[in-house]
Amino acid sequence: MSSAIDIARDQSSSAMYAGRPQVLLERSWLAFRSTTWVPIFTGFMEPVLFLLAFGYGMGSLIGDVSTGTADIDYTMFIAPGLLATSAMNGAIYDSTWNVFWKLNESKLYKTMLSTPLGPMDIALGEIAWALLRGLVYSIGFLTVVSILGLTPSVWAILAIPAASLVAFGFASFGMAITSFFKTYQQMGFINFVMLPMTLFSGSLYPISVYPDWLEKVIMSLPLWHGIELVRAFWFGSINSGVFLHISYFLIMIILGLFVTSRRLRALFLR
Amino acid sequence: MPHPLISVQGLTKKFDDFIAVNGVNFQVGKGESFGLLGPNGAGKSTIMRILAATSTRTAGTVEILDKDPERFGPLVRAHLGVVPQQDNLDGELTVSENLFIYGRYFGLSKRFINNKIEELLVFAQLEEKRNVKVEALSGGMKRRLTIARGLVSEPDILLLDEPTTGLDPQARHILWDRLFRLKEQGVTLVLTTHFMDEAEQLCDRIVVMDKGAIMAEGSPAGLIREYSSKEVLEVRFGSDRNVEVAPVLQKMCERMETLPDRILMYADDGEKLLEQITAQKLHPTTSLVRRSSLEDVFLRLTGRTLIE
Repeated sequence: MSSAIDIARDQSSSAMYAGRPQVLLERSWLAFRSTTWVPIFTGFMEPVLFLLAFGYGMGSLIGDVSTGTADIDYTMFIAPGLLATSAMNGAIYDSTWNVFWKLNESKLYKTMLSTPLGPMDIALGEIAWALLRGLVYSIGFLTVVSILGLTPSVWAILAIPAASLVAFGFASFGMAITSFFKTYQQMGFINFVMLPMTLFSGSLYPISVYPDWLEKVIMSLPLWHGIELVRAFWFGSINSGVFLHISYFLIMIILGLFVTSRRLRALFLR
Repeated sequence: MPHPLISVQGLTKKFDDFIAVNGVNFQVGKGESFGLLGPNGAGKSTIMRILAATSTRTAGTVEILDKDPERFGPLVRAHLGVVPQQDNLDGELTVSENLFIYGRYFGLSKRFINNKIEELLVFAQLEEKRNVKVEALSGGMKRRLTIARGLVSEPDILLLDEPTTGLDPQARHILWDRLFRLKEQGVTLVLTTHFMDEAEQLCDRIVVMDKGAIMAEGSPAGLIREYSSKEVLEVRFGSDRNVEVAPVLQKMCERMETLPDRILMYADDGEKLLEQITAQKLHPTTSLVRRSSLEDVFLRLTGRTLIE
């Protein structure tokens, strides 16, 4: 039987990383088993309700949407955008409020850092959990959409890995931002950004309706890249723009992990 | 001392302009029970965090099992069991889940931890509570669970920061009993406290700290012998008369401390001293003869009481 010391010695553990992020997932699973399912269900239902209300409500008024290359049924048009939004919501739920709680109220990360775990284990483990929730949300959403017969082809399933990348990016970035917040008022800032971004990022209509300057602003925001990425895979229209979207999220992920682990060290190992 | 487990030399920690720890030296040997005694703000918790490899130092050297905690944080922390001042149990989990997941943080196998949990639940007297969420536990139970949690990884050194602060007397005695058992099993204990009775009960050797520096070092009995008399006579004349009689009393003993509510007179025979006082027709309203304690040592060294 290996002792704690042998384990620590075996792994070439550095001050930042002990190579054990999966124990964070174990911990989240233990805590998750005994929590209520209500917030999870509501987070998942939000985009579904949007799809039903806008797709069937507005859709009957609007008819088809022109994307420049083709005319698409309105409900079909908004489905991939809402899938990306769903992945984002799932990832943000865990990586902001839950992380805030563990940083400032329950001091869970502080406790973890008094064991051989390092800041990078915590950042990776927590972001992976948030990513998982985003994945579950997007699979749930895809299931509903498939049942309603709104998927263009079986290739729409490729939208799931795309949505996972979106969730990963938001989880990583969300945790990094949260690590700077100390009060509930500051946390309110996240909602202040999320709601307009959700409404204006082109999930419900093409952003070409905006004036030029606003279009540029929206195109600099992550959700627009997420929606375009998922939409591209959804309709199987992979073009060079996809690489830009993927790069955008890769940068978000790397930046988020870097900042989060540095912040955890600055907060609890100084 | 044979090769020490912990070796601290010239340790200094500054927070901006404030010097929390100022050039502290000490060593702790295997199986020893070592205490840092001092009032709040003496720098005890800061030292504990540096030993626990969760805080950096400004100057000096620290070696824990020959490793610098600042450079080998995870490896050093693998040797340690940490019991922080404030219980930081995982409120979303049950008693046994808390022990389980903490072991997983150390990378221990599920089988090893599950066997260990049974042993620790008995140790912490929490067998009945294994499936209870920790929020439902009493203060004493939480403390025992926090200590049990620190033992999951079978650490070489257990660091306890103010282990019984905030507990009622009964819970304290149960906890002392548990810690004493660990000491008997040969676990090296390092603890901070501002309770002199706790230091006397649990520690083989202590350092007395004040304002970030070490004032004295030795065994509790040795320190009392060195810095205090065998007995102490406590007399009260009422707050007005204390000052009035003080000069007279001063001549009757080797050393005296005048506190706001009472006068402490140090002597080898307290009863005899009291007889002399009554013979002078100075009648204290109350009087008490007791043995010298670490409190008296602290008073001698700093001119202040431990708990103010």
